Amino acid sequence: MIRLENLTKIFETQKGSVVAADHITMEVPSGEICILLGPSGCGKTTTLKMINRIVPPTSGKVFIEGEDTSGMQTQDLRRNIGYVIQQIGLFPNMTIEENITAVPRLLGWDAKRYRERARELMDVIAMDPNLFLNRYPSELSGGQQQRIGVARALAADPPVMLMDEPFGAIDPINRAVIQDEFLKMQQALKKTILFVSHDIDEAIKMGDRIAIFRDGRLVQLSEPDDLLAAPKDDFVESFLGDDRALKRLNLVRVGDIVSSEIGTVKPGDTLATALERMDDHGYQLSILMVNDRNEPVGMIPRSVASFTRGYCRDHFQPLPGTIHVRDNLRKATSLMFAEDTTWLPCIDDDGRICGQITQRAMTRHLGARFRAAERAVTEPATGA
Amino acid sequence: MLASMLQRFGRLLLLALVFAAGAWTYSTGFIDEFMWHWPDVQYLTMQHIWLTAMSGSLAIAVGIPLGIVLSRPGMAKVAESIMQVLNVGTTIPTLAVLALSMSFLGIGTVPAVFGLFVATLLPITRNTFTGLAGISPALLEAAAGIGMSPMQRLFRVELPNALYVIFAGIRTALTINVGTVPLAFLIGAGGLGELIFTGIDLFDPAMMLAGAIPTAMLAIAVDASIALIAFLVVPRGVNPNRA
Ligand SMILES: Nc1ncnc2c1ncn2[C@@H]1O[C@H](COP(=O)(O)OP(=O)(O)OP(=O)(O)O)[C@@H](O)[C@H]1O
Ligand SMILES: [Mg+2]
Repeated sequence: MIRLENLTKIFETQKGSVVAADHITMEVPSGEICILLGPSGCGKTTTLKMINRIVPPTSGKVFIEGEDTSGMQTQDLRRNIGYVIQQIGLFPNMTIEENITAVPRLLGWDAKRYRERARELMDVIAMDPNLFLNRYPSELSGGQQQRIGVARALAADPPVMLMDEPFGAIDPINRAVIQDEFLKMQQALKKTILFVSHDIDEAIKMGDRIAIFRDGRLVQLSEPDDLLAAPKDDFVESFLGDDRALKRLNLVRVGDIVSSEIGTVKPGDTLATALERMDDHGYQLSILMVNDRNEPVGMIPRSVASFTRGYCRDHFQPLPGTIHVRDNLRKATSLMFAEDTTWLPCIDDDGRICGQITQRAMTRHLGARFRAAERAVTEPATGA
Repeated sequence: MLASMLQRFGRLLLLALVFAAGAWTYSTGFIDEFMWHWPDVQYLTMQHIWLTAMSGSLAIAVGIPLGIVLSRPGMAKVAESIMQVLNVGTTIPTLAVLALSMSFLGIGTVPAVFGLFVATLLPITRNTFTGLAGISPALLEAAAGIGMSPMQRLFRVELPNALYVIFAGIRTALTINVGTVPLAFLIGAGGLGELIFTGIDLFDPAMMLAGAIPTAMLAIAVDASIALIAFLVVPRGVNPNRA
C-alpha cells in the first residue's frame, strides 16, 4: 500500500515559485495499479518522483505499507521501489544481464542467484535469454529496451513500482502487446503500482484506479468505470473526451450483462417446435440452434420456420458470430455492427452456450450507470 | 573494384618509394652515419620515455580526479571558470612553460617533468570533465532511482560511460607530450632533443634525424598503444570502435 499525505512540491525558479504538486493526498491499495493521468505539466512526474525522493518534497509524507518513509535511508528506500523512468535509462556500458541485475548486485546477492533471476525475468518479459542477455542496450530495439527497463525495475521483486510513461516510446501496436503482457504479469505478481500516463485509453486499460491531475492538484480519484460514468467536473469531463460512453465499452465484460435465459433448439427438433419456442420467448427474428454438446452451431430464421416443414438440422443458417463471456462490450458492439445484428450468443471457455447479449441490455447497462451518476451529482448525498 | 585496385597500386608505389629512399640513403653513406649515433639514440630514447612516463602518469593521476571533482553537481558554479583558467594555461607555449618552471625550479629533470605535466594536464582534465558532463541526466536519474550511492553511480555508470572520451583525452595529451619532450633538453633534462638540437646547431642532418625519427616513432607507438588499450578497456556497449 502506498499512501501520500499532503505531498507538496514548490519549485523556486527565477520567475517565482511553481507549485508542481499541491497537497496531494491519496492511497493506492496493495496489489493495485493506480494511473496518474492529466495534461502536460500538471505534476504527475513530480508526484511520482517525490515517492522515491528523486524530487525532495517541500512538505507532506509518503507511507509505504503503513511506514513513514521519511525515516528511511534514501538508498534503502529506492532499492525497495522498482523505478521505470520515462526515458528508459538503461546503462549503455552494461550488458542486458548487468542492467537487469543492477539492483540485486547492489543488494549483494551472490552471482548464481542473480544470474538465475535474470533468466527468470527474461521469461517474464517474453524475451529469449540466450539471445539477449549478452547484448548491449544499443543492440536492442526501442520496445525491447523498454521491456528490459521494466525487468530491471522488477529484479529485486520490490513490492512497490513507480512507472513514468513506461510504454511511451513504443508504437501503438507493440504498446498494446506490452500492455497485455504487463497486465498478465501483474495478475501473477500483484505489485502496488503508480503509473504515469497521459493516454486515457492506456489509463482505462491498465488502471484499477485513475487519479486525474490538474495544475498540481488531484481532481478526481476513481475506478475507471466510475470516472467515465461520473466525471466530477467539466475539466475531467472534457479531458476524458466526448466519446467516454464508448470508452466504457472497454471496461464492461460480456459476462457482466449476459442474460443466461436463452431459448434454443436442437438439430433433431422440427421447425414447428422452433417456431413455437420463438413465440414462447418472444423472439421476432430467429432462434439459436445448439448441438448435443450445447455448442452454438446455427440459427433458424422465423421466415423459414413459418413457411417450411422439416427438421432444424436441414434448414439452419450460419451464425453471425459468437462472443466469449470474458470479452468486453467493445468487441461485442463491433461484431454486432459488422454483422448487422442486435444479439449475440455467448459462450464459455468450453465453447458451450451460456446465454446471450443484446444491444438493449448493453445500452440499458451503460445508461443506468450514467443516470445514477447524474442523480448523484444533482442530488448530493446528505451527511457525507 | 577500381578503388581497391588503386589502393593496391598505391601500396606498391609506397613500398617502391621506401625501398628507393633506403637505397639512396645507403648509397650516400647516411645509414652508416646514423648508426654511428645508435648508442646515444638508445640511451636518450630511454630518457625520453622516462620523461614522458613521469609527466604523463602525473598528469593522468591529477587530471582525471580533477575532471571528476569539477563535474560534481556541487562544483557547477566554479567548474567553468576553472576550465577557463586551464584553457588559458594551454595557450602559453610549452617552451614558455618550461622556461618559467626552470626559473623557479632550476635546471634538470624536475622542472622538465613539471613543465610537461602542465602541458599534458589540460586535455586529460577537459576530456574527463566534458565526458562526465555529457552523460545524459536520464542515466543519472536511473542510477540514482535504483538506489546507487554517489560513489556507485560514479564508478559503475558515469566513468564507464565517459571512458571513451577520457581515453581520447589521454591519447591526445600523451602524443603531444612525446612530441614536446625534445624541448626538455633546453633546460637540461636530456631526451632525444639532445640529438635534434645539437644536430641543428652543428648542421649535422644525420644527427638531427637520429633524434627526430625515434621521436616520431615514439609518438606513433604511444598513440597506437593507447588506442589499443582504449579498445580493450572501454566496454563494448559504449565503444564506437567495437560496435
Ligand atoms: N526542476 C524543476 N524546476 C522548476 N520547475 C519544474 C521542475 N520540474 C518540474 N517543474 C514544473 O512543475 C510542473 C509539473 O511538472 P511535471 O514534470 O510533474 O509535469 P507532468 O505532469 O509530468 O507533465 P508531462 O506530462 O509533460 O510529463 C510543471 O509546470 C513544470 O514546469
Ligand atoms: Mg512527466
